[in-house]
Amino acid sequence: MDGSNDLQKVAYYPGCALEGTGHAYNRSTKAVGKSLGLELVELENWNCCGAMEVKNVDPKVQTYLSARNLSIAEDMGFDKVMAPCNGCYHNLKKAEYDLANDPKSVEVNERISAKAGHDAYKPGKVETIHALDWIKKAVGEEELEKRVKNSLKGIKVANYYGCMYTRPRHIFPEKDKGPGSESTAKPHFMDDILAAAGAENVEFPLKTACCGGAHSLSDSDMSTKLVLNIIETAEACGAEVIATECPTCHTGLEMHQVRAEKVLGRKTNVKILYFTQLLGMALGLSASKVGVQENLSDSRAFLKEKGLG
Amino acid sequence: MTLQAPLDLDGAIALADAVAASAASDAAPLDSAKQLLGAGEVVLEAWVEAAGNVPTEEEVEGYRLLALHRQGAKGNPSFNACRETCRELVYLRNVVEMSLSEGDLAQARHHLMLEAHVLRHLGLFVGGKLHESGLGDFCCSSRPLHSADSTITN
Repeated sequence: MDGSNDLQKVAYYPGCALEGTGHAYNRSTKAVGKSLGLELVELENWNCCGAMEVKNVDPKVQTYLSARNLSIAEDMGFDKVMAPCNGCYHNLKKAEYDLANDPKSVEVNERISAKAGHDAYKPGKVETIHALDWIKKAVGEEELEKRVKNSLKGIKVANYYGCMYTRPRHIFPEKDKGPGSESTAKPHFMDDILAAAGAENVEFPLKTACCGGAHSLSDSDMSTKLVLNIIETAEACGAEVIATECPTCHTGLEMHQVRAEKVLGRKTNVKILYFTQLLGMALGLSASKVGVQENLSDSRAFLKEKGLG
Repeated sequence: MTLQAPLDLDGAIALADAVAASAASDAAPLDSAKQLLGAGEVVLEAWVEAAGNVPTEEEVEGYRLLALHRQGAKGNPSFNACRETCRELVYLRNVVEMSLSEGDLAQARHHLMLEAHVLRHLGLFVGGKLHESGLGDFCCSSRPLHSADSTITN
């Protein structure tokens, strides 16, 4: 990415989660984009990226499912598609990598595409970006600072990126390229964006640690313990808010925060908010406009106290 | 803090809990920080041994913990989900030492507490992976229960 104007209008792949439990992320992402003068054009007739379920059954079919979304973006005339969900972002990136490097993936993609009656996606046509890339590169911190109406000053934030935003490193060739690029070891794009909005980011050593999302159904207790540790660590770092950028991580943190209190008797107070909700309120949008009322973690009183929403 | 070196994964988590609770008044933060790093090695040894391998004594970038992680992730890329957790453990141990060298006991204790939280996460993550892979203590998802020739009614 070069930070040029081609990011002002990008294809938008919300993915399944943003139509369900992550609806507040969908709402706040669109609201922030609009507020910043950026345009999102949703992919027509998009499908599931394959998530974890299809990947476990047949990873090549998952590659096809993600590739089909890239193909739709290309057909709509876009060379960039923005996926705010870490799982979708990861899977589209992985499909791009596999189609460029794995002949078997190419073969399966061509076969299923032919059966489905559309051209098979060829790698290199569409770049997948995350919501963090989009806002940081299309607007940048300097411009964000100018647009802030309600500074997040005084709000201590632990930025939690989850484990899929940076892994595996080889599917993210644009990261770790020095100044200006994202780091896979210590990601900072969310920190940069929220700092520009006035937030005080705390040192947080579990930024990319596993939240046990994949364990949620098979071993809920393990997920609860992992999430509780993330939340308690954030609190130990002085955070009042954990900012998220993935609907799966976000829901996991919220759900297991409640469960930790019920099952383990461990109450925590940190609020869990999408970074787009924090940014949106800093840009002057109301709490309801960015979907705060849709979160499980009720932060309305806290936000009011901080002069937001 | 003077504690016995943990002998297993559960002991490592117990050590993390104990250090996290007492870090604010720890009289010898560097000793505790080193113990936590050693406990991290115990956690990764459990993973390597469960896979039928002998834990390496080698070092990567000067730390056995990182060599053990590399060994544990070989052929199992999902284990890279704790790569940065291991690196944070090393980093925080070094920050404790650096803070003490600068005479900042409060910072040393704060980072010792963070190191304990990170070790706890590593212990929980690896414990979860052991169960998920059917390599750890018996649980409802352990492999033998679901294998073709072993049913719950056998």
